[in-house]
Amino acid sequence: MKERWQILVIDDEEVMRESLAAWLREDGYTVDTAQSGLDGVSHARQKEYAIYFIDLKMPGGMDGIETMMEIRRMQPEASVIIITAYATVDTAITAMKEGAQEYIVKPCNPEEISMLVERIIKIKNLQRENQILRKRLTGQYEFRDIITKNPKMLSLLELVRDVASMRSTVLIRGESGTGKELVARAVHFSGDRAQKAFVAVSCASLAETLLESELFGYEKGAFTGANAQAKGKFEIAAGGTIFLDEIGDISPKLQADLLRVLQEKRFYRLGGTNEVQVDVRVIAATNKDLAEEVREGRFRDDLYYRLNVIEIQIPPLRQRREDIPLLARHLLERLSSECGKELSGLNEDALKVLLSYDWPGNVRELENAIERAVVTCRGRQLTADDFSFLAQAVEARTNFTVPAIPLQELEKLAVQAALERSSGNVKEAAQALGIDRSTMYEKIKRYEIER
Amino acid sequence: MAVITVVRFGMLDARIESEVMGFLARTLDCEVQSGPVLPEPAGALDERRQQWMAIDFLKALVAAAPARGRILGLTGRDLYIPMLSFLFGQAQLDGAAALVSVARLRQEFYGLPGDDGLLLTRARKEALHELGHTFGLVHCPDPGCAMSLSTNLPQVDFKRDAYCTNCGGTARARLAALNGETK
Repeated sequence: MKERWQILVIDDEEVMRESLAAWLREDGYTVDTAQSGLDGVSHARQKEYAIYFIDLKMPGGMDGIETMMEIRRMQPEASVIIITAYATVDTAITAMKEGAQEYIVKPCNPEEISMLVERIIKIKNLQRENQILRKRLTGQYEFRDIITKNPKMLSLLELVRDVASMRSTVLIRGESGTGKELVARAVHFSGDRAQKAFVAVSCASLAETLLESELFGYEKGAFTGANAQAKGKFEIAAGGTIFLDEIGDISPKLQADLLRVLQEKRFYRLGGTNEVQVDVRVIAATNKDLAEEVREGRFRDDLYYRLNVIEIQIPPLRQRREDIPLLARHLLERLSSECGKELSGLNEDALKVLLSYDWPGNVRELENAIERAVVTCRGRQLTADDFSFLAQAVEARTNFTVPAIPLQELEKLAVQAALERSSGNVKEAAQALGIDRSTMYEKIKRYEIER
Repeated sequence: MAVITVVRFGMLDARIESEVMGFLARTLDCEVQSGPVLPEPAGALDERRQQWMAIDFLKALVAAAPARGRILGLTGRDLYIPMLSFLFGQAQLDGAAALVSVARLRQEFYGLPGDDGLLLTRARKEALHELGHTFGLVHCPDPGCAMSLSTNLPQVDFKRDAYCTNCGGTARARLAALNGETK
């Protein structure tokens, strides 16, 4: 994807800068031009360019070297190619010392310049890929990984930033696929606990006793098969953060245990008599209305208030449609590099399809849709055709008569049907329903569906 | 009205123009017409470099371009832009005008015996390449596609005088739209 790499040509001679820009555009790069050093610096202030072509001799108070130094001060990663008509060893040495990647003498052979640009871009691509892979590997997401220009989301991020270094419990609410864990990770990794562990537990995917031993650990002999003492997630997360996903699904017994940990910061391992003391920050998440669960008597009110010290509500994707193009481009960039496909982007029609869809499965569904389109597309650009499966999904949703039965039974039927279609594969069925795998497990458990 | 107008600048072998015209009509399956012979732009020659400024030629083409459709100019002059030592051709990306120089497509330029067949083949490829830019195509990573970037003759000779499937698809879509406009 060359388009994503932007180039800035800075030269006081119009013919020179426009002809070079036109030539680079033919190669598929997005190119801007600036007519002086000052103009170039102000461009760089607004946007990060992958490569800067800077003419050495420029009038107006700022020559090429000064311009380069100023730009590199703002963007140390920027690659600078200094252009000059006067090839003198002195200026070449100065330019390279100050950090110019290359130094070319005009007129320059087209082959030389195209290879030079290609080489720099290749390195930039590798660096970016490395960054993406590293992030995937460590899961160290930060605020800037949350892509948004939606005002609600932006003020949410502001709140997250403010609470990152506090010890207060955070309750994250949002539909499936809105990125609750991503926000939790952002809270952890931008706070003062970033160097310590972030441990995520999905409370819905495990049976009650298993979850208990998973959270609190156990002593040797606590139950059949407990051959040695084992630490629970709370101990593993000591000094760091524990993320309890699907908190609305835990049993009354566990609710009581959890309340104790939150209040006294201590607990017993399963089968243990010694108290274990821990300093762990708790971030919980749910797609349920916990206040409603409290009213219905299914969730302890004291635990609810303990958890709900700071509440973060993530809006569903359909309420932040302006983020769809941003997210789509970001995901396309990441997924095409992961799939090893060179794609130049999405065309307008494809974007229209994405914008008009309702995304019941939120960002996760968008990610799945883009991955599917990247894998199956034939051209170098994603088109509306590559997303035709979304129309089918809408049709499937609208073209059937809904029986007048209780909502819960309807949901059970949907879960059963999705599991049947995926031959019992929970991940696939969850994807088809646009929900998280842990939510899927929770529903299977709740409706006692056999797999 | 024709979709593509082909013109030549000054003294250029008319055979090259007619070969390119016939080829474009067949390959792109559209109406191609011949335009007037254009004078070489005044002041385009750089005496010191003994080369001609490509931008001046492109400007002349834009001025001569029909209201709709594309214009392709052919010249025998050795072209340059200030940054580069030479150009085989240039075009307006997604614009009206494309330009091809045959100067460096001739064997004689490199002190070799002339080869008309080879010259015409190279001219066809470069004509298709520069027109491709006016259809919005950028350089293609497939070295066999006419839209791949060639900065030397071995690269020109390696590529086919045809677009790859992807580039061909985009070009056809653009041509179909142009066909509609020019009718």
